[in-house]
Amino acid sequence: MKDQLNSDREASLSNGMPKITAENVNVYYEEVHALKDVSVKIEQNAVTAFIGPSGCGKSTFLRCLNRMNDTIDICKITGRILLENEDIYDAKVDPVQLRAKVGMVFQKPNPFPKSVYDNIAYGPRIHGLASDKSELDDIVEQSLRRAAIWDEVKDRLDAPGTGLSGGQQQRVCIARAIATSPDVLLMDEPCSALDPIATAQVEELIDELRQNFCVVIVTHSMQQAARVSHRTAFFHLGSLVEFGDTEKIFTNPEDPRTESYITGRIG
Amino acid sequence: MSTYGVLGLLFLIAIFGFFFGRIKALSSADGDIKKLHSLPQFYGLNAVFLAFFPPLLVLVIWTFAQSIFVDERIKRELSPWILAEQKNINLVISEVDRLSDGLKVSVELGSLTYQQISAKTVGLGGIENILNASGVFLTDDIQAPILAAARLKFYMETLGNSFRNWLVIIGSIIGLVWALTQAKLNFRARPRVEQMILVLLAAAATLAIFTSVGIVLSMLFEALRFFGMHPWTDFFFGSTWAPSFSAGSELSILPLLWGTLYISFVALLVAVPIGLYAAIYLSEYASRPVRAFAKPLLEVLAGIPTIVYGLFALTTFGPFLRKFFGDGGFLGVEWMSDSRSVITAGVVMGMMLIPFVSSLSDDIINAVPQSLRDGSYGLGATQSETVRNVILPAALPGIIGAILLAASRAIGETMIVVLGAGAVAKFAGNPLEALTTITTRIVSQLTGDLEFDSAETLVAFALGLTLFTITLGLNVLALYIVRRYREQYE
Repeated sequence: MKDQLNSDREASLSNGMPKITAENVNVYYEEVHALKDVSVKIEQNAVTAFIGPSGCGKSTFLRCLNRMNDTIDICKITGRILLENEDIYDAKVDPVQLRAKVGMVFQKPNPFPKSVYDNIAYGPRIHGLASDKSELDDIVEQSLRRAAIWDEVKDRLDAPGTGLSGGQQQRVCIARAIATSPDVLLMDEPCSALDPIATAQVEELIDELRQNFCVVIVTHSMQQAARVSHRTAFFHLGSLVEFGDTEKIFTNPEDPRTESYITGRIG
Repeated sequence: MSTYGVLGLLFLIAIFGFFFGRIKALSSADGDIKKLHSLPQFYGLNAVFLAFFPPLLVLVIWTFAQSIFVDERIKRELSPWILAEQKNINLVISEVDRLSDGLKVSVELGSLTYQQISAKTVGLGGIENILNASGVFLTDDIQAPILAAARLKFYMETLGNSFRNWLVIIGSIIGLVWALTQAKLNFRARPRVEQMILVLLAAAATLAIFTSVGIVLSMLFEALRFFGMHPWTDFFFGSTWAPSFSAGSELSILPLLWGTLYISFVALLVAVPIGLYAAIYLSEYASRPVRAFAKPLLEVLAGIPTIVYGLFALTTFGPFLRKFFGDGGFLGVEWMSDSRSVITAGVVMGMMLIPFVSSLSDDIINAVPQSLRDGSYGLGATQSETVRNVILPAALPGIIGAILLAASRAIGETMIVVLGAGAVAKFAGNPLEALTTITTRIVSQLTGDLEFDSAETLVAFALGLTLFTITLGLNVLALYIVRRYREQYE
């Protein structure tokens, strides 16, 4: 059973072209060297997990991928990150447009204090993705369906998004992120504020999403990384220690530090 | 002994109690602190609390009660004479006060003795010379009933004060002795002191609340006196403000309220956009060094006394406006005849309110969780889209609260409008004309040497009470809105 699942995963990873290529990325917060020489290739239609102990730089790296670190004054980044051969730190690139292509879901569900409908319609509205009301309705419905929350909220689209349960809020946030039809979906510990049932729902959702998106997920839970991802990157003290197939990282890691972390001796 | 002397003695007893309580507790434990239930200074503090505060309370209450009691007694004593002679009661009372103070001074200087006064051996003729010799000069000739009343007052006060002083000092010594007998090994001094501190703090809070209640009540009583002299229908529903001290005043609040609201509206029109934009810039756009520099600078504006703003309105901004809109100005129009106008006062008051609005809004915008900003940026929104679509809607209730607080300050503002707004009470729409406000009229009705016994002066209290009601209502509304908003993120 497990073997079959893994071979399924391998089959879907066949198209070789990387979606995101990071080369020698360094991040500094004033004096602190937060990320050291990270180089990764992230593939299309796959789920890539970043694991590692707190403060290892995995979230920092994730936020580099859609230039969210630009909003932090003291953050300085060197190196290159290519999104389909285009350097996202090039002066020509508008970070605002980049973020429409590289969506993000955060650790804590953060619905805006607006109705569920307005939450989902937020991105399409500011990017002009819908030409009229019915098209916008369609986008909202499609996004909610793909985030597996449509049935729960279809009768309360006008209710405030902040009134939903934690798991529902997080799926609304995922729907909000996919409403702008991004190429890449970044998820920063999306389940850390959720109970096990909501977590299971979101994980199931992640597996469906990867058919259309390139998904990158940061997680504290190694079980979660093992369950949902195809590739896993292990970060430790700001360096990328090991990157490879999830199966291999969890069963036969090359680096002793990875093994220590997996088996619970560090972190 | 004077009140201050008693107070000084209380201090001495308390200080003595502190050190002696400490020493006594320590000696009961043979000098070993570890054997004591509490640290030694708690035994000392216990003595301070028992020997100082209860007698102090007695001192304060007795002093107030005695002055009220004596005044009533003197009034009762003199009222037949005042009625018979058609005298002004306030003048008579103040004459009695002066004379009895003179007697007191003379006794202290030794030119009179207590026995001479109580035995009534001093006559009308002699007393004036004695008082003059002591440096007390009386304006009028002393009349027999006044001297009798002053003598009674002096007698009652001297007697009352010495009773009070003995009571206070004996009470203090009882407290001291009680505390010292308690200062032993197993006495739980620390919780006791803790309880007393609680009582002290609660008393301070109660005093603050009673003071505001007292202020409101005093305004209320004076306002009720006003409504006894003047029809309330004219005050609330009349259309003219024309006080005249001869007769037939028309005292309606409505033209004043119109001026107040008009000028406040102009002030908010200036303060709200500028203050809000400044807050958005400071909290969302400014880099850290700019913010660290600009925010205190903006808040300096809040520290300028309002009279300085008033001077600025009168001497700089008003004349500046006249250069444009006045006779022979750049625009060639004659819209403005005086540098005092609604615009002059309103704009300058708006400048005063800018830091108020910006500082409150800045706090409220900063309270919007960072996760909402991240969520919006993460969807590819620009900074201004984020501010417009996420931050301002989330902060709106708080910002409305801030604006209401600013409005209540604008309505109650006095010095700027006294100097900048003018004195014309009417319903005018032209912002370049002078108008007047409630606060300005209160100032002008109460300026000068007045007796508070005519409708023209007492109207000030009715105006003040109405103003207070309006600003109180605005503040309550603002606090309610701000509080509801605060709950949203918790």
